[in-house]
Amino acid sequence: MDFQLSEDQRALQQGIRSFCDDRYRFERIAELAREPALRDDWQALAGMGVFGLRLPELEGGVGLGMAEAAVVFAELGRCLAPGPILWSHLLAALIPGAASGETLVGGLDCAHGGADWSGRGDAESRGAAPVLIESGAELDALAVLRGDGVHRIDGPALAAGRKVGTPLDPLTPLLHLPALPQGERIADADAAAKLRLQGAVLVAALQLGIAESTLELAVAHAKTREQFGRPIASFQAIKHFCADMFTRQELARAAVYAAAATLDDPEIGDPTRAAAAARIVAGEAAMKNARQCIQIHGGMGYTWEMPPHYYLKRALVLEQTLTPTDTHCETMAACLATGG
Amino acid sequence: MDLRYSEADEQLRAELRAWLAEAVPAHGAPPPRDDWPARRAYDTGWQQRLHSAGYAGINWPAEFGGRAASATGELVYYEEMARAGAPYIGHNFVGIRHGGPTLIAEGSDAQKRRHLPRILRGEEVWCQGFSEPGAGSDLAALQTSAVRDGDCYVVNGHKTWTSFAHTADYCELLARTDPNAPKHRGISWLIMPMDLPGIEIRPLPTLLGESDFSEVFLSDVRVPVENRVGAENDGWRVMNVTLRFERGSAWASDIFELREFLSELAGLARQRGGWENPALRREAGHLAAEADALWALMKWQLAEAVKTGVPGVGGSALKLAFTELNQRVYELGVRLLGRAGLAREDIGALPCARIVDKFLNTLSLTIAAGTSQIQRNIIAERSLGMPREPR
Ligand SMILES: Cc1cc2nc3c(=O)[nH]c(=O)nc-3n(C[C@H](O)[C@H](O)[C@H](O)COP(=O)(O)OP(=O)(O)OC[C@H]3O[C@@H](n4cnc5c(N)ncnc54)[C@H](O)[C@@H]3O)c2cc1C
Repeated sequence: MDFQLSEDQRALQQGIRSFCDDRYRFERIAELAREPALRDDWQALAGMGVFGLRLPELEGGVGLGMAEAAVVFAELGRCLAPGPILWSHLLAALIPGAASGETLVGGLDCAHGGADWSGRGDAESRGAAPVLIESGAELDALAVLRGDGVHRIDGPALAAGRKVGTPLDPLTPLLHLPALPQGERIADADAAAKLRLQGAVLVAALQLGIAESTLELAVAHAKTREQFGRPIASFQAIKHFCADMFTRQELARAAVYAAAATLDDPEIGDPTRAAAAARIVAGEAAMKNARQCIQIHGGMGYTWEMPPHYYLKRALVLEQTLTPTDTHCETMAACLATGG
Repeated sequence: MDLRYSEADEQLRAELRAWLAEAVPAHGAPPPRDDWPARRAYDTGWQQRLHSAGYAGINWPAEFGGRAASATGELVYYEEMARAGAPYIGHNFVGIRHGGPTLIAEGSDAQKRRHLPRILRGEEVWCQGFSEPGAGSDLAALQTSAVRDGDCYVVNGHKTWTSFAHTADYCELLARTDPNAPKHRGISWLIMPMDLPGIEIRPLPTLLGESDFSEVFLSDVRVPVENRVGAENDGWRVMNVTLRFERGSAWASDIFELREFLSELAGLARQRGGWENPALRREAGHLAAEADALWALMKWQLAEAVKTGVPGVGGSALKLAFTELNQRVYELGVRLLGRAGLAREDIGALPCARIVDKFLNTLSLTIAAGTSQIQRNIIAERSLGMPREPR
């Protein structure tokens, strides 16, 4: 047992971090919020091997596992990298051009998205959840996870959608569809379940990244901002806030990496339980750390100019990506009840 | 990111499991909680069993009779102890986890020869005389004085919250040997035999109504100078040295038990009703996720300690998270009992005694061994580099 990043994983982390530092500086993130430039980023991300990371080398991928993917996605979460990177990565083996970045792939999980996949247009008025697709207007392909498998809908079929004027996350534009078009089934139910499981761990990794960077921002601000003649970091209320943020971050990191390692090697535990635990703990870390980061920034934390609100908004988007927390809690409960 | 146990670890696990399967039932049920002589005999008897089987002092170096298990071997040890429901370390706690390791690191040869084998064999029980009425979180404010008189220190003072004081043979005592030095400097670490004249022990009932700890009054107690561990006035450093031995894997038993309890709770709720309530299920599921994350964090920190050779760095976060989670989990247990939880004895088939008492006991965890607030200070200062509290 050596539950730490290996040399190679550390190098991978360093590599992706300097890529992110370079490409997703906060000034550029703020710019992207005004004017998205996904295509440009997609080529760069593909060049870094982000999409093909877990694809076998023979198929043009990097041939790595979930552990490495978790390391990479934590970094992407830290820097607020926009766009459906998660989906393009998850679908690398199923949709041609996803791994190379030529096909911009987004996604939706109908099991929990509540979207009406029957294709009937009046679903929303009957109380079904609306069909909102992240970056929908820019997609070449939309992957839909349904009970019977993975379906592919081509970009042009989304033309009926309306762009949402003010999405919650300024970096996550939304397309509102009257109904989800029928697509082509490209993989079976098992494949869909597997994507959900992997997706849960990677969402958790993105959330871990948010928990990390909001803690860093909060501590850095607290050390420099002075009130009452001293840095606010010397006030115990602030220190204890930060200590709790740190603790949540540490728990989230351990849970996320443990889940990723368990998906790579199911002999060490139950992948379903490990993924649910990671997603629950990391989701809470992202949400709470983002909120406390805003609080520690005071009035500045409430401004558009400053980074904290972007993290909070992204955390809310991630909470609604794939299986939501409540369902993961039910999964954990079921594990408890069956002794799993 | 390797979470597999090695073959050696798995072999240790198999051996331990086989041994525990016989040793635990053979040791019998614990005596009544208020029968202190029987409790001491029960705890030290278990230590003797561990010793004969070669499992005493799992992390002690072999040259001092320990098992010298690898970090992961130690983890396996604690995991299996909990799985088998082995007796709690109890009376052996201070000797095995704290006093013994301090002697190994800082004691004289004579002190090591005198005490270490007896601690390992369960023949000596130790207690810890650190806290005082005026010195809790601010331990360095302690006032108990030790004044040199020939080959003895004459000790006067008032210790409190001393667990097992009334059954212990020795006390690891912190006393002030230089009243004029800055408060962290003038302290010495002494081995105080508990049968010396001038020691008065007054048990203090805990909120469970039991006398697990006591006040200890020291009046002109003559402790031989040769019982000092480390240099005079160097006791603060000596005290901190012990932390070097704490790899944090002892948490494995506690976290294991917590996870088991959550499963038990689910079973209870399914039997008795309650599990059909989604709010209860989700709360239990959420707590289980946190417990699983703690389990992973412990392994993460263990590997980090092995890699860097510096144990205990992240220990504050683990302690903070574990103790707070423990309270929430057992509180849910009490809530599930409903009105039956008004009793501290079993009502019908419900294990009220265990669950309610355990919940009450969890309230001590966020106080003892550094309160949650002190852990937060440590995290903020050591891990995040924030300004220090007044010392
Ligand atoms: C079950 C149990 C067993 C124990 N066994 C032993 C034993 O065997 N030997 C021994 O020596 N001691 C023992 N202790 C004592 C224990 O170490 C102390 O209780 C602990 O260090 C806290 O000290 P205190 O009780 O004086 O509380 P205080 O230090 O007075 O703390 C009171 C409150 O103030 C807070 N506080 C204090 N300082 C700060 C600060 N700087 N910043 C923020 N908040 C602060 C604390 O968090 C706490 O909430 C035991 C305690 C318990 C509960």
